[in-house]
Amino acid sequence: MEDFWKRFSRNRQAVLGLIILSIVIFVAAIANIIYPGDPFLYSKFPLSAPGENGFLLGSDSIGRDVASGIAHGAKTSLLIGLIATLAAVFIGVIFGAFAGYYGGIVDDILMRVTEVFQTIPSFIFAILLVAIMKPSIESVVIAITVVSWPAVARLVRGEFLGLKNREFVQACHTLGMSDIRIMLAEILPNCLSPIIVIGSLMVATAILIESGLAFLGLGDPNVMSWGFIISDGRSMLRVAWWICTFPGIAILITVLAINLVGEGLNDALNPRLRERN
Amino acid sequence: MTDKLLQITNLDIVLPEGSERDLAVKNLNIDLSPGETLCIVGESGSGKSLTARALMGLLPAPHVRVEKGTIFFCGEDLTKTSEPRMRQIRGSEISMVFQEPMTALNPVMTIGVQIDEVFRYHADMSKSERRRRAIELLEDVQLPDPKQIVAAYPHELSGGQRQRAMIAMALALEPKILIADEPTTALDVTTQAQILKLISEMQAVHKSGVLFITHDFGVVADIADRVVVMQYGNVVETGTVDKVLNKPEHPYTKAVIASVPSLVPRAPRSRSDQVVLSGDKIQKKFGGGKSLFGLGKPNRFVHAVKDVTLDLRRGETLGVVGESGSGKSTLARCIIRLLDSDSGNIMLDEVDIRALNRAEMRPLRTKIQMVFQDPFASLNPRIKVGQIISQGPIIQGQSKENSETRARELLDIVGLDERAFNRYPHEFSGGQRQRIGIARALALDPEILVADEPVSALDVSIQAQILELLDQIRESMNLSMVFITHDLRVAAQVCDRLAVMRYGEIVETGATGKIFENPQHSYTKDLLAAVPGQKWDRKVAG
Repeated sequence: MEDFWKRFSRNRQAVLGLIILSIVIFVAAIANIIYPGDPFLYSKFPLSAPGENGFLLGSDSIGRDVASGIAHGAKTSLLIGLIATLAAVFIGVIFGAFAGYYGGIVDDILMRVTEVFQTIPSFIFAILLVAIMKPSIESVVIAITVVSWPAVARLVRGEFLGLKNREFVQACHTLGMSDIRIMLAEILPNCLSPIIVIGSLMVATAILIESGLAFLGLGDPNVMSWGFIISDGRSMLRVAWWICTFPGIAILITVLAINLVGEGLNDALNPRLRERN
Repeated sequence: MTDKLLQITNLDIVLPEGSERDLAVKNLNIDLSPGETLCIVGESGSGKSLTARALMGLLPAPHVRVEKGTIFFCGEDLTKTSEPRMRQIRGSEISMVFQEPMTALNPVMTIGVQIDEVFRYHADMSKSERRRRAIELLEDVQLPDPKQIVAAYPHELSGGQRQRAMIAMALALEPKILIADEPTTALDVTTQAQILKLISEMQAVHKSGVLFITHDFGVVADIADRVVVMQYGNVVETGTVDKVLNKPEHPYTKAVIASVPSLVPRAPRSRSDQVVLSGDKIQKKFGGGKSLFGLGKPNRFVHAVKDVTLDLRRGETLGVVGESGSGKSTLARCIIRLLDSDSGNIMLDEVDIRALNRAEMRPLRTKIQMVFQDPFASLNPRIKVGQIISQGPIIQGQSKENSETRARELLDIVGLDERAFNRYPHEFSGGQRQRIGIARALALDPEILVADEPVSALDVSIQAQILELLDQIRESMNLSMVFITHDLRVAAQVCDRLAVMRYGEIVETGATGKIFENPQHSYTKDLLAAVPGQKWDRKVAG
């Protein structure tokens, strides 16, 4: 574990990413304390510039506080990103593990199913899914999960294919260990590193997809989200630049931070892949 | 200066910070004359390969570099030469043959193009002349049908042919020095014998100095004029081959030479006639599968095990010997039911285990266990040693406490400290890991142990220790053992009976002593004749 931190902190950008990400998480956690109440609540000061009328980052066309929206939106984005990723990793690991471990016809069937999902462009697929279900936070999470899991499945399948013929797995067979136990207790711990890395990067992608859906009006209408604020402010970009700009920056730095952390995790967990002279 | 080709003086090579030791090679002094073969012997990590790389100017700089000392080659100090000059020297005046010909050759270029490159960079020759020379060279290294081989890709050749092609390339410009870094380690004994013969013939023709790096004392005995023995980066002994091998002075050299298994089979032991395991007409084919919808070409069959019949008696060690691809490992995996054989039967205590399904097989797993070849791949890196050893009995329904107590006892039996229990496998050396693997196999109190090349990944001194350990436990636990090996020296010391395999078939079986004295099958004769260092053995024995 100490070793892990040493390798992680060697990558300065990853540490920066971790700091930014911590700040975003912190803001999301205290959103209800610094901006209590409903972020949709409008005031009598529409289109205030940043700093005017007590609005730190300005207000939108009906006087909603942009800063409050960003703080509450952070919670939405992070939660959706995290839950969708966890679900996608869960499904992906199951598909990948069975396909890689059993091979043959099981592999053929599971991988053909995976390919069906992979061939449809993911964002358009997500739009379609949310449009079919009604826009709500659950349907957004489901849509992101459905478009994200195939990547995990492919990765895990590859890892299992490589590990299942290793001698330590054969040794488990000679001890009479069951398949499920071999998969869970013996092989899976050996492919956790790449799963963690791909998972961390998937959180960033999930946040982008969520913002994109909200921007297109497919987000949950009752939940504040960064994409929603941008979508709302886009028609007033020339009179009130701050409405779009600040949530845009929030998305940018959050996604960037998560990517940096993911890179750092990759360096720290797979040191051999990245050794530079 | 004298007529020495090469004179290395006080050479130090540093390793990167945080390595096991500061210097890979410390204060090295060696020299080489034309027409001489100098062998550098040492176990893994002794610094022998880095010495060769330093000569070629191929150290992985900047972390590993020559710190001090000189390497004089024909009056020129190679530690100070410029990179362009070094490129001229490499390939034309000093050339190198590597251990693994498959990785040393470029897989997407034909052999002809790769030989051609040597001429293009170093000699001024026309295209047709270069092609003619390439074919000549391939003829010189006795490759069949050179015209075809010029157009072949590396994967189309066998391991021995690839190594011949490598040698052809290395000798293309008649270098003054040929460095051979374990050139035969990846090859079978019969191929090895041919390659060694080829190198010495080539040397006789070209009068080049050969620097031969190896860990195998048998090879040293056969080809060396002089020997340098290295340990932990130090030269511990140098001298003529006769002096070093027969009258070693340094304790390390003595110890290593003493641990080289002798080719004289050990005295036969009395044994019972009770058969504990027998195989009858075991067959195993690979391939022939089809894709999901029956599309595509069916793969071709490989008949890995053909009609193998054998029996194992209580308390004996049955050796299965053969070269790579002979099916010996497949046979071991069929016996232990890691692979399902296609037909035949395998009787374990009057039960045909071939017919059992996995659940029925599970209780019988306690009777037959396996020790694997690669000590690094055979232990799960994410699981603690104690758990690795105790999980077998736990699966078989014993209590956790009992299994863990037993695991601690076993650590002691295989010669490891009890503290190993809470450590991870990566904290142990290859030999120690192999001990852990043995402890895991013993945890179920098996009657039969199947050992698949258990010592072939280990250095010779470690190998001797593991073989001794196996012998001890076999004796004290009255184990019967199936011992798979390609090394006839090891087989001579370990096995009571031998089964010689080729192309999936057993060509000969019999008591070890009888087979060594009087082999019947021509293949067995070839195999025995190819073992390196036989003259030396006879000298030691006589």
